Amino acid sequence: MLSIKNLQAKVEEKDILKGLNLDIKPGEIHAIMGPNGAGKSTLGNVLSGRSDYEVTGGTVSFDGKDLFDMDTEERAREGLFLAFQYPVEIPGVSNLEFLKASVDAIRAHRGEEPMNSVAFLKLAREKCKAIDLDQSFLKRGVNEGFSGGEKKRNEIMQMMLLQPKLCILDETDSGLDIDALQVVAEGVNSLRDPNRSFIVVTHYQRLLDYIIPDFVHVLADGKIVKTGGKELALELEEKGYGWIEESAAKGV
Amino acid sequence: MAAVDFNQHAVAFAAQADQQAFLKPLNQAGLEQFKALPFPTRKTEEWKYTSLVALTKDNYNQAIQNSDVAGCESLYNIADLNANRLVFVNGVYKQALSNIETQKGVTLVTFANANAEQQSEIAEKIGQVAETNRNLFTALNNAQASDGVYLNVAKDVQVIKPVHVVHVTTAQGNAASAFSRNLVELGIHANVTLIEQFVSTDEEQNVLLNQTTEAIVGDGAKFNHYRLNSEHESSLHFGGVYVDLNRDSQFESYQVLLGGKIKRFDILVNHSVGGSHCEMKGVYLPKNKQQVDIHSYIEHKAPNCTTNEVYRGIMADQSKAVFNGRIHIHPDAQKTLAELSNKNLLLSDKAQINTKPELEIYADDVRCAHGATVAQLNETAKFYLRSRGISAQEADIMLSFGFINELLESIPLEALRIKMRPLMAEQFTSDRELTRHILTDGESV
Repeated sequence: MLSIKNLQAKVEEKDILKGLNLDIKPGEIHAIMGPNGAGKSTLGNVLSGRSDYEVTGGTVSFDGKDLFDMDTEERAREGLFLAFQYPVEIPGVSNLEFLKASVDAIRAHRGEEPMNSVAFLKLAREKCKAIDLDQSFLKRGVNEGFSGGEKKRNEIMQMMLLQPKLCILDETDSGLDIDALQVVAEGVNSLRDPNRSFIVVTHYQRLLDYIIPDFVHVLADGKIVKTGGKELALELEEKGYGWIEESAAKGV
Repeated sequence: MAAVDFNQHAVAFAAQADQQAFLKPLNQAGLEQFKALPFPTRKTEEWKYTSLVALTKDNYNQAIQNSDVAGCESLYNIADLNANRLVFVNGVYKQALSNIETQKGVTLVTFANANAEQQSEIAEKIGQVAETNRNLFTALNNAQASDGVYLNVAKDVQVIKPVHVVHVTTAQGNAASAFSRNLVELGIHANVTLIEQFVSTDEEQNVLLNQTTEAIVGDGAKFNHYRLNSEHESSLHFGGVYVDLNRDSQFESYQVLLGGKIKRFDILVNHSVGGSHCEMKGVYLPKNKQQVDIHSYIEHKAPNCTTNEVYRGIMADQSKAVFNGRIHIHPDAQKTLAELSNKNLLLSDKAQINTKPELEIYADDVRCAHGATVAQLNETAKFYLRSRGISAQEADIMLSFGFINELLESIPLEALRIKMRPLMAEQFTSDRELTRHILTDGESV
């Protein structure tokens, strides 16, 4: 599904990713944890092609294709989805027209006709309900005036509508209370599928009680320094990141 | 070719104009006002950023030769708008294209068709509100005024149909000027909607249209006003709207201006007595090498009045826009609430906006705010849309349209809202594939 080899990237002349390797097979859930500033968010932004992140080395292949050969929108159409840590507010563009434009673009890429408005509205309403968002959110500007939790749920709703192959959740749990966290996790779990993979970037173990990962990776100083099963997350929660960074520094 | 002396020709042209006897005092005063005003240069504050050089390249102070045009209905037709319509082609009234249904208490007549009693009403009121000291074209309009619309609404009368005044311009054999004048008077608690629409044939324009509207809004009355300029991009338009608000009256105005070779629009609102409210929303969208110049003047002369003024502009290509919004709070205007917001989006490195919100306050117990912003398309928002599979091109259009969409959505008259949204979207692209999502909303929900 996704193969990242020796990925290096910088932001504003500062090296952030320094040789990251990661292999993700269909159906797997990979959690990426790590201290602040380790490069967790950079990974999601680089993978989705944000222009202020400069790739300086390495390769990423997505479903056998060179990811860096594709524009941001092509990556999305190929099935890569980034749930933003800070979803953007866009007044004047209604959530519904945004969602329809997005779904139509992805359908067109698959050679499918645009959805008719009535069928789309019905579908969007269903997804709103599933993620516990009031339908009035469809008419409002994209994320405009949404609370933190509403914005995150709107991200998951988009994911449910677009049915991507690879979902990258960038600290989707930050700022969520436990009820909202459960709703978001249920939305994610409903999308679990042998052909769909997830990268769950998080600072806290708590989310992984609800979204059970197959692998947990620790990202520190731009590299993956440790990989384990879900129990690694609990260990990190208990002991912090210091011990890993120390052992990584020693080259152990 | 030597530069044409605009003022000299304008004076000669006005002197030979065939004018109506009852408008003579206005015409004569206008000519004197005009003579006292020099042709603006780049040093003239009110004209600093708008180039009038086109007016010195040809002699526009010549009469219209031809005001016949076939099939121009499609230029101004607004679906589902059930209105009383008066159509002027190059300033000449076209009875055959017009349709006036009478309503008790409503006078709706052209100056030329006014009876003696109406003529004396017009003569008494005309020129009372329009100010010429800042705009020589309004002085020239006074000097040349001969026809236009007189709309008078009696006390307590709610006018059922909107009044739709259409101005069409067409190309002439040589450059020319057309003049038109509207006078609106609303009695106590009267209510009317006036739609002023400006269109042209789809060809290179050489008519300078000089149009002035004056309105006197009676106590407790409400004047709903629209001004829609969507002429050919070579058009020359000098427009002015001058409104006098009496006690507890309301003025609500929506203005949509596409660019022209020169497009200047002045709007003056006087809060003259107290308790009145002015709600003004405007959108301007110049592109290519077009210009738009908007000057608004809100005069708070009396207490307890409110103003809410919101303008948004999007400048593309090498276009230029000027927004000068002045709110003047006079010493007696205590308890004023006034807000002015002007936001601008530049779509190209070569586009220009000169925005100047001005607040002048001489009263101590008021609440006023004003602000202006100039920005480019938000890259983060664009990335967000693209990360959902939307093309960069469609993202640009969605974001640009979104910038003015809130104002378009707030247009109360549905027929106009439905007309304006696609017209605005077309300004960004002619590719319907790229505008279908911004335009299908609303219909489907």
